[in-house]
Amino acid sequence: MAAYEVNGKSIEHDEEGYLEDIGEWSLDLAKIIAKEENLEMTDEHWDVINYLREYYDEYQIAPAVRVLVKAIKKKFGPEKGNNKYLYELFPYGPAKQACKIAGLPKPTGCV
Amino acid sequence: MSEEIQTEYETEGVEKKFMFLNRKAPYGTIYALEMLETVLISAAFDQDVTLVFMDDGVYQLKKGCDTKAVNMKNFSATYKALGDYDISRLFVEKESMDARGLTIDDLVEVIFEDEDDDWAEKPAVHVKSRDEIARLMEEQDVIISA
Amino acid sequence: MLHLVNKSPFERGAFESCLNMARKGSAILLIEDGVYAALKNTPFEDKVSAAVKDIRICVLGPDLAARGVDQVIEGVEVVDYGGFVDLTVDHTPVQSWL
Repeated sequence: MAAYEVNGKSIEHDEEGYLEDIGEWSLDLAKIIAKEENLEMTDEHWDVINYLREYYDEYQIAPAVRVLVKAIKKKFGPEKGNNKYLYELFPYGPAKQACKIAGLPKPTGCV
Repeated sequence: MSEEIQTEYETEGVEKKFMFLNRKAPYGTIYALEMLETVLISAAFDQDVTLVFMDDGVYQLKKGCDTKAVNMKNFSATYKALGDYDISRLFVEKESMDARGLTIDDLVEVIFEDEDDDWAEKPAVHVKSRDEIARLMEEQDVIISA
Repeated sequence: MLHLVNKSPFERGAFESCLNMARKGSAILLIEDGVYAALKNTPFEDKVSAAVKDIRICVLGPDLAARGVDQVIEGVEVVDYGGFVDLTVDHTPVQSWL
């Protein structure tokens, strides 16, 4: 099984890079995954990551993109609550890529 | 569903009435979780969706579930997200509730924002009589049941 | 609408839930282990006899034969596979009681 190396510790992930055990997530690990995704993380990226983690903590699922868009709009305003903004932050998809960095499973129904 | 097909490209075509009929208790078999995942996926297709809980299915909405010690995913929390997915009707059969000594206060709260009422927050879980559910069932285009 | 039941009424509550939900004018088709609900001399006989006045209750002949049973309650219709198809064509929606 492939793994991320974080501070001398191996953390296993599946063939797409999603964590096997979401309890293993840490900020340092998130930075490593982001690097592998070739993303330069900004505060705006972290806002989304933190939101995803809060959502998962409460509902035990990663939100679908439209749910994420709606929620971001509510929290950070319409200029951020749209598909374009989220895809600019996460070019490979806010759900797929951001969830991976947030240590969450791939959203239900996402192929 | 691929991520590329999202809100801006609404699924075109006919809106059908879908009923998801839940009759199994949550953690003893995989039915309830599979159904919940089906519901979440189908929510992307903008159909007219009603969830019904009857027989042991009413236990799926029991609040206060804690699955830590049995080492299972606590998907009871996920029902609360259904409002975010624009699912506004979770109907629980009164006769099944009565038979199990449950009242609406024993069930999780699911809130949705009513598009037709200035996005007012409203409860999505309602207790319905067997007769009301039987009538509703006949009006459906598709019934998915477990 | 059409209700399909494929589980024995002795094993699960599916058949009774179905009977409770089926409204006048709808149909029930008993298949596989569901056919045991169509037989005489069971605790379900009275309910079935009462129900056939308002609901068309059918049972799949090949599934009865496979189980070596044929004492079907009066008013319950035995159908073949063609009849099964006709029922699904004539009635919507279809609900399968698992």
